[in-house]
Amino acid sequence: MKWLYNIVEKLRPQFDEGGKFHALHSLFDGFDTFLFTPNTTSKRIGAQVHDATDSKRTMIIVVLALVPAMLFGMYNVGYQHFLATGQTVGFWQTFAFGLLAVLPLILVSYIVGLGIEFTVAQFKHEEIAEGFLVTGFIIPMIVPIDTPLWMVAIATAFAVIFAKEIFGGTGYNIFNVALITRAFLFFAYPTKMSGDQVFVRTDGTWGWDGGHAVVDGFSGATPLGQLATSTDATVTLTNTVGTPITVLDAMNGLYPGSVGETCVWAILLGACLLLLTGVASWKTMLSVFVGGGLMAWIINLSGADNAAANTPWYLHLMLGGFAFGAVFMATDPVTSARTETGKWIYGLIIGVMAILVRCFNPGYPEGMMLAILFGNLCAPLIDWCVVKVNINKRLKRSIIKK
Amino acid sequence: MALSQKTKETLLGPLSANNPVIVQILGICSALAVTVQLKPALVMGIAVTIIVAMSNVVISLLRNTIPMRIRIIVQLVVVAALVTLVSEILKAFAYDVAVQLSVYIGLIITNCILMGRLEAFAMTNSVGDSLLDGLGNGLGYAIILVIVAFFRELLGSGTLLGFQVIPQWCYDHGYVNNGMMMMPAMALILVGCIIWVHRSINKE
Repeated sequence: MKWLYNIVEKLRPQFDEGGKFHALHSLFDGFDTFLFTPNTTSKRIGAQVHDATDSKRTMIIVVLALVPAMLFGMYNVGYQHFLATGQTVGFWQTFAFGLLAVLPLILVSYIVGLGIEFTVAQFKHEEIAEGFLVTGFIIPMIVPIDTPLWMVAIATAFAVIFAKEIFGGTGYNIFNVALITRAFLFFAYPTKMSGDQVFVRTDGTWGWDGGHAVVDGFSGATPLGQLATSTDATVTLTNTVGTPITVLDAMNGLYPGSVGETCVWAILLGACLLLLTGVASWKTMLSVFVGGGLMAWIINLSGADNAAANTPWYLHLMLGGFAFGAVFMATDPVTSARTETGKWIYGLIIGVMAILVRCFNPGYPEGMMLAILFGNLCAPLIDWCVVKVNINKRLKRSIIKK
Repeated sequence: MALSQKTKETLLGPLSANNPVIVQILGICSALAVTVQLKPALVMGIAVTIIVAMSNVVISLLRNTIPMRIRIIVQLVVVAALVTLVSEILKAFAYDVAVQLSVYIGLIITNCILMGRLEAFAMTNSVGDSLLDGLGNGLGYAIILVIVAFFRELLGSGTLLGFQVIPQWCYDHGYVNNGMMMMPAMALILVGCIIWVHRSINKE
């Protein structure tokens, strides 16, 4: 790494005050601290405690945790394509097709988001905040594969500007930026975000493998889409070509859905990394699952007669974006509750709301997005209440004599 | 016609520096409701302008005879009479727009801009000034409505005043209207953007 360090140090004067490229100093600074730990230390005043991890390292851990689900998502995109067109191809070809399909989404999301972030940082003479590293990686994972790229660009720009920069940038946002992107897409372009046309790519990617007709019995509806559109009280969930989905299939995730959300194993792998490194809170994660499971179980027992309500509670936790949202999005340290008791309440609210939306609002097949945004909204209030209660409790304990 | 400084201020102040919607944040509710299309927004803007101006004149004429204790009731009666008048005229001559605006014409009565101007200006100023003040505030409201409606109709439906503006080949190449623009939430965000632009131009 020495040679890289030398290059960076050689370039540094050009970006300092008065240098040729001073206008791009935040860009340089961003890459410099991305590559190397800065050797600046705090001023020698008072006692200062430094953690070994800074936010750049934290973000990278989250991206690493997302990688298994992303890789699986790519494979699944290819798998669904070849399944729908009735072809049998090898593993690498399947994966390559998915890679080519997902890559433009990743690029667009990063270019637009980081572009805005860099511009704003330049404008305000601040350092580039690293929050978008994760956001930009999550955005392609929570949209259908056939989302047009210009829509992703507009939605990303909207979310970064209105959900983040307006509030003061990374760390100040009330709502999860990636979810705002998805919410914008969902409300602005509903035809491209739900239904049975967008979750499986049936034509080719960049001219590769296009023009195949789909096989008989093809349906690109996601399991949750099937639940929402079904008029029967119970429904047999099927995959793209009409084979019923078992519980194990739901875990394995080879069914249509947003790119990164289908495989529970991959998500759990990411969850393990997040929990082992302490980046995400196990309380939030667990309580989302507990809340969702309990609510779905109660609805199961209540005897409501629609297909979503009759789906067993454990399937609710596996299908759609529930697991993904619980592991990667509800635990976002910026937008979730900060107090320890608050995390439990926050998680429970999200889990309960997600299942309620799924079961009782036929307009929205997936409730996780709305539930987490609702949770984000409640988080400051929850924290405030928890702190107040604690203050009152301690006041009572202390004996104040007048 | 040379306008004196004060007259100019009364008439033109509410258009930008003292705009009722984006500076005083009044009348937001109807700004969200009627701005999905440009045409109802225009009509709404004109209707409010006429009503504010006329009620300002009437109240200004009566200002020395209105007992202070019942002034709100008197103001309401005047406004209600004018609103009913405008509503009937719209139903007679522009029925389709009247249907589109539905209750919002009647709800002009509750528009904070009206009561605000009557209380703050017409009760203490001469008839001529009150007329100008009413016109200025009405137009200031109308301008914001038209700007918001322009963007909402253009981006939400691809039309302006009902005419197709975005060419068909855009749709053929995958352009889709932004459904979010049709929702009241987006109107609020647009009003926010206008305020943002306005504040960064007028620093004070």
